Amino acid sequence: MSALTREETEALIQEVLEVYPEKAKKDRAKHLAVNDQSIEQSKKCITSNRKSLPGVMTIRGCAYAGSKGVVWGPIKDMIHISHGPVGCGQYSRAGRRNYYVGTTGVNTFGTMNFTSDFQEKDIVFGGDKKLAKLIGEIEQLFPLNKGISVQSECPIGLIGDDIEAVSKKAAAEFNKPVVPVRCEGFRGVSQSLGHHIANDAIRDWVLPRREGKAFEGTPYDVAVIGDYNIGGDAWSSRILLEEMGLRVVAQWSGDGTIAEMEKTPYVKVNLIHCYRSMNYIARHMEEKYSIPWMEYNFFGPTKVAESLRAIAALFDDKIKEGAERVIAKYQPLMQAVIDKYKPRLEGKRVMLYVGGLRPRHVIGAYEDLGMEVVGTGYEFGHNDDYDRTIKDMGNATLIYDDVTGFEFEEFVKRVKPDLVGSGIKEKFIFQKMGVPFRQMHSWDYSGPYHGYDGFAIFARDMDMTLNNPCWSKITAPWLKQAEPEAAKKAA
Amino acid sequence: MALRQCAIYGKGGIGKSTTTQNLVAALAESGKKVMIVGCDPKADSTRLILHSKAQNSVMELAAEAGSVEDLELEDVLSVGYGGIKCVESGGPEPGVGCAGRGVITAINFLEEEGAYDDELDFVFYDVLGDVVCGGFAMPIRENKAQEIYIVCSGEMMAMYAANNIAKGIVKYANSGSVRLAGLICNSRQTDREDELIIALAEMLGTQMIHFIPRANSVQHAEIRRMTVIEYDPTNKQADEYRALANKIVNNTKFVIPTPITMDELEALLMEFGIMEVEDESIIGKKASELAA
Repeated sequence: MSALTREETEALIQEVLEVYPEKAKKDRAKHLAVNDQSIEQSKKCITSNRKSLPGVMTIRGCAYAGSKGVVWGPIKDMIHISHGPVGCGQYSRAGRRNYYVGTTGVNTFGTMNFTSDFQEKDIVFGGDKKLAKLIGEIEQLFPLNKGISVQSECPIGLIGDDIEAVSKKAAAEFNKPVVPVRCEGFRGVSQSLGHHIANDAIRDWVLPRREGKAFEGTPYDVAVIGDYNIGGDAWSSRILLEEMGLRVVAQWSGDGTIAEMEKTPYVKVNLIHCYRSMNYIARHMEEKYSIPWMEYNFFGPTKVAESLRAIAALFDDKIKEGAERVIAKYQPLMQAVIDKYKPRLEGKRVMLYVGGLRPRHVIGAYEDLGMEVVGTGYEFGHNDDYDRTIKDMGNATLIYDDVTGFEFEEFVKRVKPDLVGSGIKEKFIFQKMGVPFRQMHSWDYSGPYHGYDGFAIFARDMDMTLNNPCWSKITAPWLKQAEPEAAKKAA
Repeated sequence: MALRQCAIYGKGGIGKSTTTQNLVAALAESGKKVMIVGCDPKADSTRLILHSKAQNSVMELAAEAGSVEDLELEDVLSVGYGGIKCVESGGPEPGVGCAGRGVITAINFLEEEGAYDDELDFVFYDVLGDVVCGGFAMPIRENKAQEIYIVCSGEMMAMYAANNIAKGIVKYANSGSVRLAGLICNSRQTDREDELIIALAEMLGTQMIHFIPRANSVQHAEIRRMTVIEYDPTNKQADEYRALANKIVNNTKFVIPTPITMDELEALLMEFGIMEVEDESIIGKKASELAA
């Protein structure tokens, strides 16, 4: 089936909206758009970062997910306390596959769950005493931790516990950073506010810690901000920066440490991968420490090369030469990957629905393989995300913000993409519909997908999913029998 | 006789706990089987019955034992004057935790443990001040108290609070069986207080069930951590509480209240001379400006 025209896409949106009651229809219509590259500001065509409608099965998370799950969780040498009832911590434990190096339980704690396990009495009498005790126990049992963060679950905000006072007292007692984070799940409309709150906590409680202290810098110091090292993404990114002559002082926050974060105000430039979740801290460092920041994209060789050159342009000739050297070195390797997989994937159409940076950043990687992204959307994007997306998507493609379960299914049924990329909650629905599917949050337990090394894995994964022989074998036996009979009758 | 569950609400400091305990003592004196459930973290709803400072509360004991599941009914239930069963829900000290959740937890515990047995004639919930959150509305939710008595006086804020509580009752009355059963006027000796409260009761669609005059004997008894009924049964004030108890036993006027607007309330207060007619010209003016 060929691509839909603008009119067909508009009609499709109208048709899908038809089932909603009037008020819901009016609201959801603002979140669905047909892409038009000529539009400069996305606010003219799409609304985002608004409250989800009740009953629509939104795919979003909460502020706690944004802070503990995304921003703070991967900082490996700190212990992150899920403060409140046990579930939030336990069901978010290790879920994002943030790889790290270290001995878990000794000097790193990434896959462990620390919780204050609230009971009725903690709600009624407050949890401050329990929190103080818990921090003391952590110090005794895990003395090599480099700091503690207190990630607030919903009840903390409801009962008004003074976690700041407990944190300050414990920080003084143990001479370690103890960071209270007010990321109660009910705050905001999605995980996005949790990112912002987490950034603010880093700004207030972490960055000032090394101000005015000695730092042996080089002219080539950079920080990688907003790479969570999912499946090793930050590692396959970092080696490219180092190969071109830069010194990566800090990784935020995948495989990251609190010491790296504290040193970040000394770097020459902040390189932002996930703009959505960490632009706040980059802007803060620009304002306070005059550190410039730039966004880059390490998905697919075209975007990697573009980004390497753009980063190098901020430095001297040595780095510029380094970038060219790196690009030239990997070019034949990438050509080999493209030669192998492009013939198997050329012309295939993809629909995405993810969060953070991926709804736009992976488009280039698919295009390197001759594929086209015909629909995309953000779980918790803001208008600045859509501003950036409009230019990356083809004209007349579908854009959907905070898509509902129903809309997503209907769009896929009608657009009939060859591949859908979204999360675990969507995976089995589409697979049962017979549509090849990749998880684009966790890379379906594969990865890395960033950098040159990541592209080789990305290409292989897309091929093995899309061209898997199982898709030709999913017709139910009773439907199979009906086919030849119908064919006979027709003949 | 089927168990009747009543809740006493009213502005903070109006005398809910004192009134409730004296009323309950009068009921017990007449042979009724009664239980008091204190729904206030201060836990002072049963001291006159038990002659104690403050009873060990459900939440306090639960915190000690680990959780509320570790408690038995007899741990939290004390029996005082006239066989009155006493329970305090309890809760945190001011400024921490969630007292509302404490009330919910305690009342659920009492239900699960079968505290409301067939032998009881009355349960009285003595609830903290205004209904500040869902927890303090717990006693008037489904299958709990069906009769609400509001303690008030002829003071403006007490009447304002009474009207607010009536609004809360409407919300739950429409979805359940809770009804406003009357206003109890605990006199502050303001002018024409009885007439005023009768007028307010009429506007709310209910009755002033009894007017309790102010009497020092109540305080005399309270210093001894006793009700007037027990301390001095022959006292005139004891008869007032007996009269109230009798009226409640025979009460059949249970209504969905008709709360009034702020304007209506102000008009009523003006009519009784409690509030001056508003002078629009002085609003927002400082003393220095008015002098000029």
